[in-house]
Amino acid sequence: MFRLCTASAVALAASLTAAHAKTDIQWWHAMGGELGSKLEEIVQGFNESQDEYNVIPSYKGTYPETMTAAIAAFRAEEQPAIVQVFEVGTGTMMAAEGAIVPVHQLMEEQGANFDPSAFLPAVVGYYTDTDDNMLSMPFNSSTPILYYNKDVFEKAGLDPETPPKTWGEMEEFSNKIIESGAASCGFTTGWVSWIQVENFSAWHNQPIGTEQNGFGGPQARLSVNGPAQVKHWENLNRWADEGIFEYGGPVGGDDAPPKFYSQECAMIMNSSASRAGVIANATDFELGYGMLPYYDDVEGAPQNSIIGGATLWVLSGRPDEEYAGAAKFFEYLSSPEVQADWHQFSGYLPITQAAYDLGKEQGYYEENPGSEVGLQQITLNEPTENSKGLRFGNYVQIRGIIDEEFEQMLGGDKDAQGALDSLVERGNTLLEEFEAQSQ
Amino acid sequence: MKRTIFNNQLLPWLLLAPQLAITFIFFIWPAGQAIRQSFLREDAFGINSSFVGLRNFHGLLDSAQYLNSMKVTVIFAVSVTVVSMGVALLLAVAVDRMLRSSRVYTTLLVWPYAVAPAVAGILWWFIFNPTVGIMPYILDVIGYDWNHNRSKTDAMILVVIASAWKQISYNFLFFVAGLQAIPASLREAAAIDGAGPVRRFFDITFPLLSPTTFFLLVVNIVYAMFETFAVIDSTTGGGPAQATNIMVYKVYFDGFIGQNLGSSAAQSVILMMIVIALTVIQFRYVEKRVEY
Repeated sequence: MFRLCTASAVALAASLTAAHAKTDIQWWHAMGGELGSKLEEIVQGFNESQDEYNVIPSYKGTYPETMTAAIAAFRAEEQPAIVQVFEVGTGTMMAAEGAIVPVHQLMEEQGANFDPSAFLPAVVGYYTDTDDNMLSMPFNSSTPILYYNKDVFEKAGLDPETPPKTWGEMEEFSNKIIESGAASCGFTTGWVSWIQVENFSAWHNQPIGTEQNGFGGPQARLSVNGPAQVKHWENLNRWADEGIFEYGGPVGGDDAPPKFYSQECAMIMNSSASRAGVIANATDFELGYGMLPYYDDVEGAPQNSIIGGATLWVLSGRPDEEYAGAAKFFEYLSSPEVQADWHQFSGYLPITQAAYDLGKEQGYYEENPGSEVGLQQITLNEPTENSKGLRFGNYVQIRGIIDEEFEQMLGGDKDAQGALDSLVERGNTLLEEFEAQSQ
Repeated sequence: MKRTIFNNQLLPWLLLAPQLAITFIFFIWPAGQAIRQSFLREDAFGINSSFVGLRNFHGLLDSAQYLNSMKVTVIFAVSVTVVSMGVALLLAVAVDRMLRSSRVYTTLLVWPYAVAPAVAGILWWFIFNPTVGIMPYILDVIGYDWNHNRSKTDAMILVVIASAWKQISYNFLFFVAGLQAIPASLREAAAIDGAGPVRRFFDITFPLLSPTTFFLLVVNIVYAMFETFAVIDSTTGGGPAQATNIMVYKVYFDGFIGQNLGSSAAQSVILMMIVIALTVIQFRYVEKRVEY
């Protein structure tokens, strides 16, 4: 009898402690290094701000690794409540009805403070459905900008305060730079797929696919072989042959930044979020920032650039109280203070107008030249159907195809038209596959 | 001779059980899963899945990229095997002659085998990097513009060197052991009969090495086809334009990165059939020519 009493007392005590314990919420992310430490600092701020929930961030590797880990965990019914997914995974996540809880639905159900119009349209446009409902929570969004070497510009007899505005000027400036011997190459680029195809198309108000770049549904197909894109790839190919442009490799273009840091190339197009890295490495020369160049004979250019980076998705199948906590956490994450802090630390864009305004108030943009270029670029015009973003299934593989076709062209196996036609054809096979899968 | 007879029917199964369990859990079960999945079309989260028969296989055999990947695998596997075995044999013969210092050489030559494939990949990637590497700089002096980001040939040479380099040590060890096992009297007799070193090598040493060579041939082909994954991933990532995308890497990329599970499973089934076919050919036809 005594033993039974003790046992029940222990059980009672245990259940009491459990009732007082905080609810743990798992958040899987792909932010390593300094960004990861900053992220943990932000999470700690939330955990200390209240005593009901405890968000636990776990670093899961690269973006594809994090996404795959979450999918595998979901299949094994061990999924985290929140997972960070890069923008090209959006199509896959969105099609996974039943596996995700759309953010607008989460915030509504939990009665959280949530105003979709407070967010920057160019940021959320990417992550809303056709009825303008937000599906995932923006967290780290970036956009490509132009970085240039002011010292080289000066040596070449160019005005160091004026970056090239058009692709014509890119060519002209590059030729001057090479002829004067100030640098051996005009420009290079990271992310051929993201910058020279997706952003190029948005910036020139050209579609890259049907059905509003895939927002309309999984029946969308690629149409990125239009005249503007063909002309641009033709030019890039010619510039590569002439030595004006140097290719930095597939995916992110790992070899591109060293070419810029070593002053071999005078200009580089890369993510606004690489700003801290560029500043840390460009110690021997003065840096300049500019918007992406455009072709002045293309109607509607420049329109606005589109974003990259990642958002936070909520996965279904967790206990209810975790969703209440996730909603609270998102409220905290999108507050102007947290956002402005994260944006200024990382070079990612602020996701809300309030965070942007707070930065202005603090005088951040005046003190840090170049930190505003990306923002000005994505907010240059109201996004159109072509410049809202893109949403295709199997897009991780399609990006691989873009790199391959670009390399085929540089290798001389295909011309620009042939490479883009083949890109569309191969990409569409994957899209057909995806459409069939999601039915 | 007296034979011991065990009457216990259960004991042999009990003794075999751990091995059988391991084979089942780590080979038969996953292989069965792969075969099942190769007939399905499934989204990444496994919410919708439908039986599509042989569609995944049809899709692969219709795809120029997959056929290219087969071609690349053959070129790659043959090159790695020839280079790593050729160089290893050369080094082994050289060391075999030097009796005193051979231990030092042997130790030095075995070192690369201790290096993890991914590390070996990074090492060679660094040496040949067109922007910061030392080799492109040297090659530039003699007038060769090395760039494995643009040139398919350069990329293939790079992955072959990186993969073969690691395997040379392993082959070297076996060749040295094989050479040491050949009785010196045979070679001495041939020398007395007036055979020069080249003749002695091809008529006596090489034929007597054939069991070792055959064993290494099997091991090297398997290595080149399946274990070079990390080297490919850390040097070229299968590029440029699929020029180094061997079949194993394609399985990983399409399945793990691209989340196209049906196609990836079909690819592993094809790979499994190729391995079975290769093993049969090697042991039925090549092994007959080996003298033990």
